Amino acid sequence: MLTAVEWEILLLSVKVGTVAILATLPVAFAIAWLLARKRFPGKIVLDALVHLPLVLPPVVTGWLLLLAFGANGPVGRFIEAVFGQGLVFRWTGAALASAVMALPLVVRAIRLSLEAVDRKLEDAARTLGAGRWRTFASITLPLSLPGVMAGAVLGFARSIGEFGATITFVSNIPGETRTLPLAIYSALQVPGGEDSVTRLAILAVALSLGALAVSEWLVRQSGGRKGSHVL
Amino acid sequence: MSFEVDIAVERDEASVTAAFSSGEGITALFGPSGAGKSSILEAVAGLVRPKRGRIVVSGRTLFDGKEGTCLAPEGRACGFVFQDLRLFPHRKVRDNLLFGHRLASDDRHILELDDAVEFLGIGHLLGRMPRTLSGGEAQRVAIGRALLSGPRFLLMDEPLSSVDAGRRDGILSVIERIRDELRLPILYVSHDRAEVERLADTIVPIG
Repeated sequence: MLTAVEWEILLLSVKVGTVAILATLPVAFAIAWLLARKRFPGKIVLDALVHLPLVLPPVVTGWLLLLAFGANGPVGRFIEAVFGQGLVFRWTGAALASAVMALPLVVRAIRLSLEAVDRKLEDAARTLGAGRWRTFASITLPLSLPGVMAGAVLGFARSIGEFGATITFVSNIPGETRTLPLAIYSALQVPGGEDSVTRLAILAVALSLGALAVSEWLVRQSGGRKGSHVL
Repeated sequence: MSFEVDIAVERDEASVTAAFSSGEGITALFGPSGAGKSSILEAVAGLVRPKRGRIVVSGRTLFDGKEGTCLAPEGRACGFVFQDLRLFPHRKVRDNLLFGHRLASDDRHILELDDAVEFLGIGHLLGRMPRTLSGGEAQRVAIGRALLSGPRFLLMDEPLSSVDAGRRDGILSVIERIRDELRLPILYVSHDRAEVERLADTIVPIG
C-alpha cells in the first residue's frame, strides 16, 4: 500500500502533531482558564498575543520563532546550552511551530467549555467540603472535558496541516521536518509528481477523518452531552 | 444560640442587611421574592463575603468583619440545600450523595448512606443520573447530599419550590424529622406564609 517514504512522512506527521498537541494542551488550558475566570491587568494583551498566530501570515510566525528560538535567538541559545541541541532544522522545531499555530484554536475551544461550566455547581461543591483544587478536579475539569477534547482534535488537525511557519522555522528536510503538507509541496515541484501528490493528499484526508473519529469516540467514552460533539 | 447574624451584604446595586439571633430548631427568613433572603444564606455559607458584620453559628464564629475572620465555604460544615438544587450532572445519584460524605471526617458524620437513603426513601434512585429525576426526587437527593456531608447546621433555600403540590407534605415532614431527630439548626428561606408558620420556631422578616 504505502511506500517506505510515505510511511516515514505519515509517522513523522503524527509524531509532530501528537507532541505539538500534548505540549499545547496544558498551556492552552492555563491560558483559557485565566481568560475565562480571572480579571487582571494585561488580559487584553494576553488575549491578543494568543490570537496572533491566527491572524499573522504563518511565514511571519515562523520568522518570529526563528528570531526567538534560532541558533542566535535568546531562547534558542538557552535551549542549546541546556539540552545540547537546538530546535532549528529538527522535528522538535516542527512540533513547536505546530503547537504555536494550534494554540489559539485550542484556547478558544477550552475557554468556551470553561465558560459553559455552571459556577453554581462549583459553589455547591465548596459548601460540601471541597477545597478549590478538589472542586476544580472533580467538577470543573470533568464538565469541561468534552470541550478540551474537541480543542485537542482541532489543534491536532491544525498541526497536521501546518505549512508556512514550519517551512520558515525548520525548513523542509526529508525524514526530519518534511511533514505531509511539506511533502505534498515538494512533490508538486517535481515534474511528473502528480501521482505522488494524489496519494499524499488522500493520506491527509484519511488522517484528518481519523482524528475526527477518535474525538467522537473519546466524547462518547466520557459520556459527553449534546453540544460537545465536533460532528 | 443557634444563629447569631448581624451583617450587610452588597448585592448588585442594593444592599441587604439582616440582624437576628435565634434558638434551637428552624429559623425562617420570611419575605417577598427579591428581598435578598438568598444572599443572606450565601453569606452564611461563605459564598458571598459580607461588607461588614458578624456570623456565629452554634457558638462558632464563621465571619467577623472587625477581626478579619472569614472561614472558607469548605471549612464551615454547612449543609446547603439550594433552590435550584445544583446536583452534579455528571455524577450518579449515589456519587452526588457521597460527594461531601467522603470529604468529611468520620466523627463529623451524622448519618451513613444507608440511613439517609431509608430516611428519604431514595433507595431506588441510587444508580440514576440527576437529569432523569423528577422535581421531588431531585429535591430529596439534594437534601440527602447536604445531610451526608457531616453538617453542623443546614441552610435551605425555598426547598419546596421544585416540588409539585402533592409531594410538599412529604418533604415538609422530612424537614421536621431533621429538626426533631437529628437536632440540626436550620436556617430556612421561604416566601410562603403557611409553610413558615408550620415549620418555624423563629421568624425573621426580611425586606
